[in-house]
Amino acid sequence: MIGIVDYGVGNLFSLKSSLNSLNVDCSITADKDKLASCDGIILPGVGAFEDAVNKLKNNGLDIFVKDFVKGGRKILGICLGMQLLFDKSFEYGEHKGLGLIPGDVIPLVNRIGKGYKIPHMGWNSLDIRKSDGILSKINNGDYVYYVHSYYAETDAKYITATSEYGKIDVTASVQSGNVYGTQFHPEKSGKVGLEILEQFVRMCKEQ
Amino acid sequence: MLAKRIIPCLDVRNGMVVKGRKFEGIKEVCTPIELAGFYNDEGADELVFYDITASFEGRKLFTDALKDVASKIFIPLTVGGGINTLDDFDTVLKCGADKVSVNSGAVKNRELINEAAKRYGDQCVVLSMDVKRVGNGLHVFVKGGREDTGIDAVEWAHIGQENGAGEIVVNSIDTDGVKSGFDLYMLEKIGDAVSIPIIASGGAGKTDDFIELFKKLKCVDAGLAASVFHYKEVGIADLKNKLKNAGINVRI
Repeated sequence: MIGIVDYGVGNLFSLKSSLNSLNVDCSITADKDKLASCDGIILPGVGAFEDAVNKLKNNGLDIFVKDFVKGGRKILGICLGMQLLFDKSFEYGEHKGLGLIPGDVIPLVNRIGKGYKIPHMGWNSLDIRKSDGILSKINNGDYVYYVHSYYAETDAKYITATSEYGKIDVTASVQSGNVYGTQFHPEKSGKVGLEILEQFVRMCKEQ
Repeated sequence: MLAKRIIPCLDVRNGMVVKGRKFEGIKEVCTPIELAGFYNDEGADELVFYDITASFEGRKLFTDALKDVASKIFIPLTVGGGINTLDDFDTVLKCGADKVSVNSGAVKNRELINEAAKRYGDQCVVLSMDVKRVGNGLHVFVKGGREDTGIDAVEWAHIGQENGAGEIVVNSIDTDGVKSGFDLYMLEKIGDAVSIPIIASGGAGKTDDFIELFKKLKCVDAGLAASVFHYKEVGIADLKNKLKNAGINVRI
């Protein structure tokens, strides 16, 4: 069973449908006991960082997620869910994240240069840096779907793929031990996205 | 590199896709999932569903069809047509839409974009505008292009962006159905005024029209069309290969 952490942020229909299409048992829930029994969990998210962190905290899910990770099981953060894994974000102020991967979330506008649109929206190709983990079944140059205005700056050792936008290589996916994250939306990235989700589920079940 | 997007638009009435057959009044119909599946396999980057139903019963059939597509096709889905309130946003988002396109609803209620962007995020709100040349200006029209609002289109695009729209679809009434190419003049005027993604609509008749669009206008991020794709005058897979050969970055 894969748990989709429901903390009142974003539309989880597509994510659940994607997993269903892969014949994966999954449950959208905020129930910590139910999540605790899962092989792995997915932390989705659309919206603003501060609001999302507060919602996680209100439900005690911030502590739950940290304990779940300490116990050695896998978590995948998607989009804002990935950004939440980092130390802090500079989206409208400065806000503490879960601190599961060292690094900061900063506005794209500070880095990409003039003449590039924000949000970074649409299909961009992946430059794969580390082809193991959740990216092991996809190819360098495969396209994935993005919608975001902030991105994670972190040590290269945590970055598994990037996408070129403006003057920078946007952090596309990250990994630190059993913690995984994608800035793009695998559940909206066609076959490539489904491969990534399937690989995550496979790894959760193998552990 | 970010790819230019190709987006087919499907008109849905009472839960079925409607395709008027060329030069004849006869309507052909098929289920949304059939056509969505076909476009998905061909490599469409997103799909737009436009609900042209008038009745309450038709609306229910539309949302059922949307749920069906959203549970089987995993690319971004935009829904438009009859979006006037936050409840309308809520209904289609719960059925699996990723983005919601507002047109005359935003003209009638200027707070709609702002309220929706605050609740669902900028990325979710698409401002669709029907634009026509009037004198020396570009005006926003409503009621299927029949009523001039007198609103300046460039200013309207700017207001949309300020209120939190994440994208703008520019439908040129002047080139719509003419099939002699996109309205480059209009697109440039509006595209240069905003810094959010611009989707070009109206006028596509052949592959070269898309090549010209992306070659000439850096400000355009996507091309949207309906009939050229429905009638298979332009195949999406073939179009994208030709765009790639012309040096335009697309997702193959």
